[in-house]
Amino acid sequence: MLLKLFFSFIQVGLFSVGGGYAAIPLIQDQIVNNLQVMTLAEFTDLITIAEMTPGPISINSATFVGTRLAGVPGAIICTLGCVLPAFCICLGLAYLYYKYRKFTGVQTVLSALRPAVVALIASAGTSILLLALFNGGFAQATPANFRIIEFGLFCAGLICLRRFKMNAISVIFGSGVIGTLLYMVI
Amino acid sequence: MHNKDKGILWKLFKATFMLSAFTFGGGFVIVSLMKKKFVEELQWFDEEEMLDITAIAQSSPGPIPINASVIIGYRMHGVLGALVAVFGTALPPMVIISVISVFYRQFRENEIIATALQVMRAGVAAVIFDVVLRLAKNVIATRRVLYISVMAIAFVLTVFMNVSAMVIVLSCLAIGVAEMLIGLRAQKVEGEV
Repeated sequence: MLLKLFFSFIQVGLFSVGGGYAAIPLIQDQIVNNLQVMTLAEFTDLITIAEMTPGPISINSATFVGTRLAGVPGAIICTLGCVLPAFCICLGLAYLYYKYRKFTGVQTVLSALRPAVVALIASAGTSILLLALFNGGFAQATPANFRIIEFGLFCAGLICLRRFKMNAISVIFGSGVIGTLLYMVI
Repeated sequence: MHNKDKGILWKLFKATFMLSAFTFGGGFVIVSLMKKKFVEELQWFDEEEMLDITAIAQSSPGPIPINASVIIGYRMHGVLGALVAVFGTALPPMVIISVISVFYRQFRENEIIATALQVMRAGVAAVIFDVVLRLAKNVIATRRVLYISVMAIAFVLTVFMNVSAMVIVLSCLAIGVAEMLIGLRAQKVEGEV
């Protein structure tokens, strides 16, 4: 059983290219369809929890599946399976990168890639901002859905970071505490 | 092991642990936080290297935060560093989820937790925009039309047309290779003249 889980999550780790959301259908395929250790409803709960808690979604779901099926050893086995392929492949890529990054040709290629990465981070930021301000994507971005408290927190957070050079984790945590208190009062 | 090595490994573990414990949302959130921590605060490497690391982490299989930790760990202290960084990144979600999985129904239905998670997104968005503003300023400062337009087009494509990050990275890789080849040919022509 543990071995089966381990190999299932190795597959998840190996084939989920491009971040957390790409891994969800893969995990579903392994856990719900292939191993049949969870129902679809349980799996939906799992994704909700994985999104609500910190950390990468695939690690979260690996731990969750493992714990439910085989306790702490299960959690460790599943997470290991999920991380192992990434670890080996990335180590290889890191080795190559640090060996060749000084070459001019490689530098030229990388300089074209960097602006794209900036754009990708910006677009991730935009979707989280929309989620915060309108609780949805572009379709929900109407004045009726606008949340003034979140907008205030966003502006205050930006000022704290840029003007006062505040620590990022305190800004995130602070916005959580202040926002919750505001909602409770209103 | 030298004390200095121990110091770096401990710092690496502490940094990855804290980042992982407080990062809600996808891989690019933690990348912004890593940029703040490793580039601005600890000054272990520069911004360009962080962007390269992000591109590699995005294009290889597996969760982005884990991939980025492997590369940063390897950069700071070889394979041992990579192991320490991955351990630091994987530990917080494992502990948190193990605890929550016992009473996940109550957790999911708790309104205070739901509110806190919703409002925290505003703080996360502020952190990402702070990082993005800085990065974008530097891209614009290169005054290279190619780079600025790549950034603008990639942003529009991902936000408005749902083009996947993988497609963007691959196309820019192609643009980079083309630019390199054109550069090589130009050099060759100059050499012949």
